[in-house]
Amino acid sequence: MNSKNLIGIVLAVLVFLVYSAAYVVDETEQAVVTQFGKVVGDPVVEPGLQFKLPFVQMVNYFPKNLQEWDGDPGQIPTLDKTYIWVDAFARWRIADPIRFFQTVGNTLSAQARLDDIIDPAIRNLVTSYSLVETVRRTDRELDTSFEPAELSADPTAAEKLAVAEGASENEAIHTKYAIKLGREEITQRILEQAQPKLDGFGIELVDVKVKRVNYVEQVRKSVYDRMIAERRQIAEKFRSEGKGEAQKIRGEKERELKRIQSEAYREAQKIKGEADGKVTRTLGEAYGIDPEFYSFQQTLESYKDTLKGNSKVVLSTDSEFLQYLKRRPSQN
Amino acid sequence: MNWDWDKLREQQQRNGRKDGGGPPQMDEVVGQLKGMKVPGGFWLILVAAIVVFLGSSMFYTVGVSEVGVVQRFGKYVKTTQPGLNFKLPAGIEKVTLVKVKKVEKEEFGFRTVQTDIRSRFTSSGDSENAALMLTGDLNVALVPWIVQYRIKDPYNYLFKVDDPRRLLRDMSEAAMRLVVGDRSINEVISKREEIAVEAREILQKELDQAETGIRIVTIEMKKTNVPEPVQPSFNEVNQAIQEKERMIYKAREDYNKAIPAAKGEAERVIKAAEGYALDRVNRAAGDADRFRSIYKEYVKAKDVTERRMYLEMMREVMPTLTEKYILDADQGNVLPFLNLGKEGGVKP
Repeated sequence: MNSKNLIGIVLAVLVFLVYSAAYVVDETEQAVVTQFGKVVGDPVVEPGLQFKLPFVQMVNYFPKNLQEWDGDPGQIPTLDKTYIWVDAFARWRIADPIRFFQTVGNTLSAQARLDDIIDPAIRNLVTSYSLVETVRRTDRELDTSFEPAELSADPTAAEKLAVAEGASENEAIHTKYAIKLGREEITQRILEQAQPKLDGFGIELVDVKVKRVNYVEQVRKSVYDRMIAERRQIAEKFRSEGKGEAQKIRGEKERELKRIQSEAYREAQKIKGEADGKVTRTLGEAYGIDPEFYSFQQTLESYKDTLKGNSKVVLSTDSEFLQYLKRRPSQN
Repeated sequence: MNWDWDKLREQQQRNGRKDGGGPPQMDEVVGQLKGMKVPGGFWLILVAAIVVFLGSSMFYTVGVSEVGVVQRFGKYVKTTQPGLNFKLPAGIEKVTLVKVKKVEKEEFGFRTVQTDIRSRFTSSGDSENAALMLTGDLNVALVPWIVQYRIKDPYNYLFKVDDPRRLLRDMSEAAMRLVVGDRSINEVISKREEIAVEAREILQKELDQAETGIRIVTIEMKKTNVPEPVQPSFNEVNQAIQEKERMIYKAREDYNKAIPAAKGEAERVIKAAEGYALDRVNRAAGDADRFRSIYKEYVKAKDVTERRMYLEMMREVMPTLTEKYILDADQGNVLPFLNLGKEGGVKP
């Protein structure tokens, strides 16, 4: 055996030893060193090149960064007996890698543990509150009005009333959909319920969030029916409001018409009456000078009008007209 | 067909080749290599190959919209800028290229099938579910939207979160649903801008808290809607609003047509009355004046005027009478018997 070969072999063995003693910890990883299955030392969280005893010690890697858990707790009934799908997700990290290593082992089984702990917590919280608490976040007033801006450009009294009614309706809706907790508070409570159970696994639950909340298929249908009925009712309300308003305007029109006509009539009659009065006064003054003569003249005129034509008349010789039939003026 | 080896060997031997027939054997090649006059021999070739390999991993190009994140033995050391850069060879240093200028897009509730001038969208089963959400008044709405984002901090993006893109998607859905869940169905349909702004604020805050290194460029709401079975009734509401407007407008129109006409008519009536009044008063004045004039003359010779008027009247009337009976007033024997059966009575 020549020395060159010996050096080569020793070098190779050395390199091999170094190689099996060194290990790399990535930025996203943390490591737990075990010796014959038992944990040695603190977990290695600093990234970079690290060293251990070769062969005797083993490195177990775990992720250091934020992990995501996605659960599907299935159909959950709320306090007001509405069945909903809640799809939640949670963010967690391995806070205590040694405990994690000893209890869970790997991230796959960690997911299963998270399922076992977080799903029931979600279930608990959702069933304890009414649906609106899981949906809403704040207690802000919901604007459910429909009126487009154009209609309220020149509001009549009826429209003002409608706006006021809408405001009070909003209030009614506000109380109907008011919340005490809200979604964020509920997810916070889910977190608080689940976290203690996960401490034993070295898992830190960063937060739980609701990704989706949806009605179960059957419930969805009845919700649609409700929405449709609500809309129909609103449509009807608008139509009847329109009719009412139109009727009111028509009524005003009628009233105004009558007013104008009757006032005109009154005025006209007054004028005519005054005229008639004046006429009577004028003629009365004139004819009053000699009423006898007036009656004489008028009667003669009326004889002309009434006795003309095919009439029979019986005259007596006493009549002034016929007096000369019997005697001459100088005979008297 | 038999290959005649023997004949070939004979031929080769005759040609004076050193090795035998058939393909060259492996050990003979190695022997040849070993026989080559190179110091160190085979091992050196191997080492040279490794060196070349490692050497080529020592430089790399960072694209214009990228940066390079360099890790030495897994630990982050530096971020390199676009251009040609050098690093320690593979096994010691590794570089990950991260596109920091490119704006990425995540779609929710629909999928762009073709991105040309008119993008076509399809809603596959799951992606439509992403758009289905509950509103604050417990109705159901369809809300599709787009999130556009950039990687702002490559260190965070690579190392702080496992699968940041998935987290972005889930957080986006959560944030959007949080905002929509606080709004009525009407607001979801009509106030999309507000919702986009609030969702973006919430999402960015969450992403920053999670140290994802992602910056949201914009959240854009696509057309929000109600689920298909409900749409007709929503349209009905719009129609009803228009109907109401129409009815009111028409009534106002009628009013505006009728009232001015009536006012005009009223004017006319009053004017007619005034005309009548004027007419009568003037006529009466005329009649009065006429009477006065006649009377003035009459007074001067009453008796003669009376007779004259009387006789003028008789002159006018008598010729028209068809039957005249004259009775002597001194006579007394005529029976007053009126034959009223014939025609010719005076009509009052």
